[in-house]
Amino acid sequence: MERYLDFLVEYGPRFVDGTIVTVQQTVLAALLAVAIALVMGLMKLSKLFLVRSVATTYIEIFRGTSLLIQLFWIFFVLPLFGITLEKFTAGFIAVGMNLGAYGAEVVRGAIISVPRGQYEVAIALNLSPYKRMTRIILPQALIAMLPPWGNLFIELLKGTALVALISVTDLMFEARQINGTTFLSAEAFGTALIIYYLLARLLISPSMLALERVMARKMGRTPGG
Amino acid sequence: MDNDTHPIRLRETDPPAVRFSQVSKHYGDLTVLDSLDLDIAANEIVSIIGPSGSGKTTVLRVLMTLEPIDDGVIYLYGQPLTHMERGGILVQSSDAHLRKMRSDIGMVFQHFNLFPHMTVIENCMEAPVQALGLSKDEARERSMDLLTMVGIADKAGQHPSRLSGGQQQRVAIARALAMRPKVMLFDEVTSALDPEVIGEVLNVIRQLAGEHDLTMIIVTHQMGFAREISDRVCFFYEGRIAEQGPPDQLIGNPQNERTRMFLSAVLDAD
Ligand SMILES: Nc1ncnc2c1ncn2[C@@H]1O[C@H](COP(=O)(O)OP(=O)(O)OP(=O)(O)O)[C@@H](O)[C@H]1O
Ligand SMILES: [Mg+2]
Repeated sequence: MERYLDFLVEYGPRFVDGTIVTVQQTVLAALLAVAIALVMGLMKLSKLFLVRSVATTYIEIFRGTSLLIQLFWIFFVLPLFGITLEKFTAGFIAVGMNLGAYGAEVVRGAIISVPRGQYEVAIALNLSPYKRMTRIILPQALIAMLPPWGNLFIELLKGTALVALISVTDLMFEARQINGTTFLSAEAFGTALIIYYLLARLLISPSMLALERVMARKMGRTPGG
Repeated sequence: MDNDTHPIRLRETDPPAVRFSQVSKHYGDLTVLDSLDLDIAANEIVSIIGPSGSGKTTVLRVLMTLEPIDDGVIYLYGQPLTHMERGGILVQSSDAHLRKMRSDIGMVFQHFNLFPHMTVIENCMEAPVQALGLSKDEARERSMDLLTMVGIADKAGQHPSRLSGGQQQRVAIARALAMRPKVMLFDEVTSALDPEVIGEVLNVIRQLAGEHDLTMIIVTHQMGFAREISDRVCFFYEGRIAEQGPPDQLIGNPQNERTRMFLSAVLDAD
């Protein structure tokens, strides 16, 4: 125990640095994932075959191949085509694009779960297609998609650990470095594991629950009821 | 019977509020509206009755432009609704044309379809603000007047989930009226309600019939109500009007065998 405390005193600051980078990667990737999910989810519901196909192709590619390979493609292969991204940027873009593909299905499912009558009454009230979607359908879909998004964000946080493999100095990167120099594997990876767990349980889950409460109140339901 | 026996003669200069001209609608092999002709005069109150599956809801849905028709033309105040003129011929309506035309039509649905994420007053204000461009103050004032008329002003700040079915349906009526439609469509607006609250909704419709310059098309299974409120009752059978006439005649003394069978079945059930 004492040995572990010494370890923390020695390497704590590096875990903190790594955690900050992991949180940055998570937040940026999450924003990107939500944006992509919204666009792709809506495109998947388009009347136009071409628009639908673009979304289907995107979703298939990013769900059907591994995140690690997507990350390597974005970081190592794109430069061959003249697109060079900094490793930090490449990291969250890969994670965001990958989770965005899963999110697109969540968005699509939530939108089609809104009862048909809501679309129809929005037409009867002569709302424009844009307002039908943004003011009537999406707010209701949002409520249905919050719980699955909670899971996706946790997946996304865990997925960011891979960015260490392109040398983004995130939590996983620091843990590997510390392990490499000290050979204290249990301490190094144990600490990282605990921090990942705490981020998921203390940051993501409570935020999502709070959001769900806010939405429930908007729907005139009492929280939990 | 067909349009030759239409009770209200229409001059060409005075187009009907609604005209179905040879309108057909199919779902696959099923013909739901079968070359339907139907004229409804401005301010006329028409009830539509008929057996399940006879096309009553479909008539309202195609008029509300929720469904396209396969054949024929629907006109609103002499203007084509389902079609528009392009170089002297009628072509399918564009979305822009539909949006312009359907602003004269309001519809109340069997299952209310209130917006669950908005309060009662927000439900009523939404379309006036977002579709008509009214200011929030104007929309609120208009909505409060209507909520007062339907007797539910005290619930303005509540969410729909806190209201009874009868109250929700009255809000839905106020919400539709807030758009100031000229033609109101009611699709079995009391059939999802508990018996004890049906009266409060029917009273609102009675009041509309008495006070407002509204053309109303009412699909209903309540023969007593249809008889009392309507200028004319249409009996639908297999996507056509099998018989129509003034309520006392059609309900009191039907000529068509099918009408008689239908009426005796529903009146027995009551
Ligand atoms: N979207 C649809 N797809 C296929 N068939 C449909 C669809 N909508 C309606 N129908 C069919 O069209 C026919 C007419 O339906 P409609 O809803 O107009 O009947 P209705 O007279 O209103 O009956 P009810 O009294 O039961 O409400 C029915 O047989 C129905 O099953
Ligand atoms: Mg019906």
